[in-house]
Amino acid sequence: MGKQATRISVNGKSHARVVEARLTLADFLRHELGLTGTHLGCEHGVCGTCTVLVDGRTARSCLMFAVQANGSEVTTVEGLVPDGELSVLQQAFIDNHGLQCGFCTPGMLMTLTELLRDNAAPSEQEVREALTGNLCRCTGYAGIVKAALDAAQRLRAGSGA
Amino acid sequence: MGAKHFGARVKRLEDPALLSGRGRFVDDLKLPGLLHACFVRSPHAHAMIRGIDSGPAMTLPGVHAVLASDDLPEPMRRMPIPMLTPNPAIATPRTQTALARDEVCYVGQPIAVVIADSRYLAEDAAAAVAVDFDVLAAVGDCRAGIKDDAPRAHSDLASNVVARFPLVYGDVDAAFGNAAHVFEEVLWQHRGGGMALETRAVLASHDPVADMLTVWSGTQTPHLGRGTLADLLDRNLESIRMIAPDVGGGFGPKAIFYPEEAVIPAAALKLGRPVKWIEDRREHFLCATQERDQYWDVAIAVDADGKILGVRGRMLHDSGAYVPWGVIMPYIAAVTVPGPYVVPAYSLETAVVLTNKVPTTPVRGAGRPQAVFAMERLLDRVARELGLDRAEVRRRNFIQPEQMPYPVGLLFRDGKPLIYDSGDYPKGQDEALRLSGYDKFSHRQREALEQGRLIGIGIGNYVEGTGLGPFEGVTVRVLPSGKVAVATGATSQGQGTRTTLSQIVAEQVGCRIDDIVMTVGDTGAIAQGVGAFASRQSVNAGCSAQLAGEAVRKQIIALAARTLGVGESDIELEDGKAVAATGNKPMVAFGELARLAQGIPGVSLPAGQTAGLEHTAYYTPPQAAYCSGTHVAEVEVDHMTGGVKILNYTVAHDSGRVINPLIVDGQVQGGVAHGIGNALLEWMQYDDNAQPLTTTFADYLLPMATDVPTCVIAHVETVNPLNPLGVKGAGEGGTIPAPAAIIAAIEDALSPFDVHFAETPLTPERIVAALRAAGAFERLFAA
Repeated sequence: MGKQATRISVNGKSHARVVEARLTLADFLRHELGLTGTHLGCEHGVCGTCTVLVDGRTARSCLMFAVQANGSEVTTVEGLVPDGELSVLQQAFIDNHGLQCGFCTPGMLMTLTELLRDNAAPSEQEVREALTGNLCRCTGYAGIVKAALDAAQRLRAGSGA
Repeated sequence: MGAKHFGARVKRLEDPALLSGRGRFVDDLKLPGLLHACFVRSPHAHAMIRGIDSGPAMTLPGVHAVLASDDLPEPMRRMPIPMLTPNPAIATPRTQTALARDEVCYVGQPIAVVIADSRYLAEDAAAAVAVDFDVLAAVGDCRAGIKDDAPRAHSDLASNVVARFPLVYGDVDAAFGNAAHVFEEVLWQHRGGGMALETRAVLASHDPVADMLTVWSGTQTPHLGRGTLADLLDRNLESIRMIAPDVGGGFGPKAIFYPEEAVIPAAALKLGRPVKWIEDRREHFLCATQERDQYWDVAIAVDADGKILGVRGRMLHDSGAYVPWGVIMPYIAAVTVPGPYVVPAYSLETAVVLTNKVPTTPVRGAGRPQAVFAMERLLDRVARELGLDRAEVRRRNFIQPEQMPYPVGLLFRDGKPLIYDSGDYPKGQDEALRLSGYDKFSHRQREALEQGRLIGIGIGNYVEGTGLGPFEGVTVRVLPSGKVAVATGATSQGQGTRTTLSQIVAEQVGCRIDDIVMTVGDTGAIAQGVGAFASRQSVNAGCSAQLAGEAVRKQIIALAARTLGVGESDIELEDGKAVAATGNKPMVAFGELARLAQGIPGVSLPAGQTAGLEHTAYYTPPQAAYCSGTHVAEVEVDHMTGGVKILNYTVAHDSGRVINPLIVDGQVQGGVAHGIGNALLEWMQYDDNAQPLTTTFADYLLPMATDVPTCVIAHVETVNPLNPLGVKGAGEGGTIPAPAAIIAAIEDALSPFDVHFAETPLTPERIVAALRAAGAFERLFAA
């Protein structure tokens, strides 16, 4: 298998590796870098569990090869906030029971991080539509939607908006 | 001390790690020298294996081994995986061997395993393993399979019928002979999957120094798994440790023991290296067990007022190719039919039939959604035919609270008479109707119709046997650090087991909830265990936590009283300290007491003192705990596209005393989502040769955030008098009546066209087809 030199910045830290061209970005993150917070639920691009931010935009890390992220800035769940702290969104997930098994949760957080960055005051319908690319089998989504709306409100209050 | 934790919306202890990417699921675990596995599986639903050529695969880079059946150790090589739920009614107790030997009986059945340096290389090599098959005729449908001239699902069987069992009470013939009305329905509920977002996963490692085989498995039942593996490897239980670390959803299919849980440990033993297998989603569609294919032919006899005189019928259950969980689901279905209603006479003939599909074992609900669908469809029919309100028909037939405890007249799956312990079914329905605005619905429906919108409402009632035994255990131990160690055989796939049990223990022991160190799902932590299924953990493990906590509390108080020189009645326990209520209120911390309770080497303990501050309780429930509820679904149907939107969804739920409303609400909401999938979306398509056709999430649709409304949930608590916490199960009730309520609502929305539905899932094309068959479009376009 052909190998290629790849340099990817993940959560602000640059990683240079020589990897097989067929190595997915998800497996690169999980197994090369040990960032196992990014999970794999279907490996065919539907469930959204493996969602990360690539150059600030959500992407399915199971459908991308690591080499395609060469030169990019990738953010994973581990990079949302420094170790030992929780973001406003993460805290809202706790307060609103936005997770049960926690397996889909990292993908949910990445999708909602993008949404709340781009839309400070989403409606419930906008939150639900943003989440259609992320499947959850445990929660029935109610707690996730509530957490997103709660986080949006807290972020607006915090920024004085 | 008042209740600080029990009954409170305590935030989950599990959440911070899971939210920050610090969960520990099986695929997150790394061991030195780790190898990776990929299985070679049958592409045919039914075939004989003529030969396996692993030569080309072995030449590929990074391949360490290709193992087929003959490469497995005895007795695993030949021994069928033991059935966990045997029953004398099972004529052909077929279970599969770890790897198929001569015959494969469903698509995806494992034949060989490739072990390589990476998952990528293992997959490459698996594709290079050549298996020579003689393809046999397959049984693709249990209705065909039950016939005498059908092909056999296993070539050596005389019949595909696994079991037949009649369940009868009362004088059914008289009930039907004397009835003012008899109505019959022919119903079908289709199979789907658990579809946990984390696929199955196994990691095994053998430590030759300690001769300890450690297996991490994404399972609901590690203790059962350890026992089964010990049988298959002929090893002592004590030399196997099975751990279910963080598990990404269960929903039933992860409760059984799978071939991969045998093969991966065997490979690790053989190669002397740790081996990991992570199921991919396609494998999950092929090989993880499914449920719900049942065909019902049922009739109800009622008097002129719509009061039930009797129910009778036949039911056919598709068990798939094997019966790893026995005939539990069809049995549960058969005894769940009477539900919250007085049914004076009942008869159901059940036949369980083998097909060449992946085996069926419980999926959230386990036979109950089908039974509830049957009963509720019958009652909707009675209402329609007699011109009665659907809620009123149910009201006339409810078992009344003063009739509790109520013996139904059947034996339940726990082997005990089916006796409802408690419940107030009329109150539950009234509450759900009130919250859903049921009495104003006809007004809403008329208004919508004037705007050209079709909306409908449906009701589903159920009673569910939960909290099944035999037992679950909890150990509570105060540590010299002052922390309180808790260990349990209960497991967690998202239910918040850790939080719920911590609430109970903290309440009893008098420690801070943050000072509890809990081990769940680890056979190394507690000797006996059963695991998660049948909405059983709050009842079984919850009561054990209560009993163990009470015992340790007494030990702490006794030791603290002696230490402080006060009477036991003067001791209060708070935040990890024992405080005397007298004098200048001296206190002693739990950690100090734990050290004292270890004694001094060689010195006798004072009379009455036991070793350490520690107790293990194994609560054994006397029978199932019967929870109940009413669901009301309000939907809008687009008659041109067949699209269904759920506008409002209301649940009144009785799971006894609620330990943590935050968690129970989450269970109900999540259960409803699963029921919505079953009712509208989840279609596991097989062709006539039992070849699965829907093996991605693009083909098999799970409910999305736009498909599931936020439910209005009310807890109508009746205390379970049979256990010390007064609790009942809560994990499956959200799913059970959802298809019945939703299908009824769709039918109601389409009442202008007089179409009727008798199956799930009710997909848009099926709705349009029914409308077309009813001539709806001619009428619409003529108008």
